[in-house]
Amino acid sequence: MDSTDVIYNGLKNAGINFIVSVPCANLKKLLNLIDDDDDIKHVPVTREEEGFGICAGAYMGGMKPAILMQNSGLGNSVNVLASLNKLYNFPILMIISHRGTFGEGVYGQIPMSKATTKVLDSLDIIYHKVDNPNDAEEIVEKAWNLSKISEEPIALLFDINYWKRSVNDEKI
Amino acid sequence: MMKRYDAIKRIVESTDDEFIISNIGFPSRELFGIKDRKNTFYMSGSMGMATPIGLGLSLALEQNQDDRKVIVIDGDGSLLMNFGELVTVYAQNPSNLIIALIDNEAYGSTGSQETYASRINLSNIAKSIGFNEVYYIDAKNSVDDIDMQDYVNKKGPVFLHIKVNPGNSDAPIIDLTPSKIKNRFMKQIHE
Ligand SMILES: Cc1ncc(C[n+]2csc(CCOP(=O)(O)OP(=O)(O)O)c2C)c(N)n1
Ligand SMILES: [Mg+2]
Repeated sequence: MDSTDVIYNGLKNAGINFIVSVPCANLKKLLNLIDDDDDIKHVPVTREEEGFGICAGAYMGGMKPAILMQNSGLGNSVNVLASLNKLYNFPILMIISHRGTFGEGVYGQIPMSKATTKVLDSLDIIYHKVDNPNDAEEIVEKAWNLSKISEEPIALLFDINYWKRSVNDEKI
Repeated sequence: MMKRYDAIKRIVESTDDEFIISNIGFPSRELFGIKDRKNTFYMSGSMGMATPIGLGLSLALEQNQDDRKVIVIDGDGSLLMNFGELVTVYAQNPSNLIIALIDNEAYGSTGSQETYASRINLSNIAKSIGFNEVYYIDAKNSVDDIDMQDYVNKKGPVFLHIKVNPGNSDAPIIDLTPSKIKNRFMKQIHE
């Protein structure tokens, strides 16, 4: 079990069965796990914005949707989140790899990294920073449940160090 | 001189119980004015998202072995805004999705400013992406050839390209809340 397995388990416990994605290096293993899972429909998309639209349609058709994305994709999705998800009350679980945080090596990630929580705040979207892989499984499930009953998007942010931590590391 | 209104009227008149996802602005208002149906989702606000919403619904219906069909009424300006979605539709290959693209070579709702659809051929692009079912109707002078029943039983995805003249009609404001639109639409799906 590593920090990716617990997210996957959380998605399974929540009953998520429809996932759209644009890759991030930190999501590599999670993307493989859902590709190998016949009970999850995985739709790679060309742009995160489009993914939110697809998930809204899938939700109306009875699916439980999530998006796997990098925080930069939030910038690509501001209007759809406001004008589709918030306007019509569409739930979706957002699993976000938060790049540009401590440990980042790519300077291009930093400006959008700093904007990320402010963009979520200005959209009035609930978010939670998940630091400890020991909590991730439960948080993922709870986040979907909250999204479902509130009919709103909910974002989970997994920073760079999250992926390097191991599950039974007591020192977090 | 046929416009978007005339094409939408023919589309909805030849539609049976198919689900319709309708494009932002005047297209949705005109559709609402012609015939309000509970299984129409009137999209507002998220320009470019009509086809993705339709794709998501199509895939969900397929997953649930529900053989009903989805018709997206999209616009040239909106499709150009998120052009990658056409590639995603092709790659996902939903057999139950019909994209009825109303191409007036204009951003109609905002005053009919010309779009680049006037310089390119959207049918050819759909074909070169790989779509097998691509149909073109020149409806600039007559909309008589538009009959959705010709397309709903094709093995989709179908790309139906309808050329019309620009211009809006005197369409009403949609007096339904977004939640109402969504909830009654979902009821049609799940009851
Ligand atoms: C992101 C965004 N940009 C611009 C607009 C303004 N706008 C609303 S409808 C529209 C034109 C849409 O054109 P098209 O899809 O071709 O539909 P038509 O009205 O021509 O049938 C525009 C530019 C918007 N609503 N959202
Ligand atoms: Mg147009």
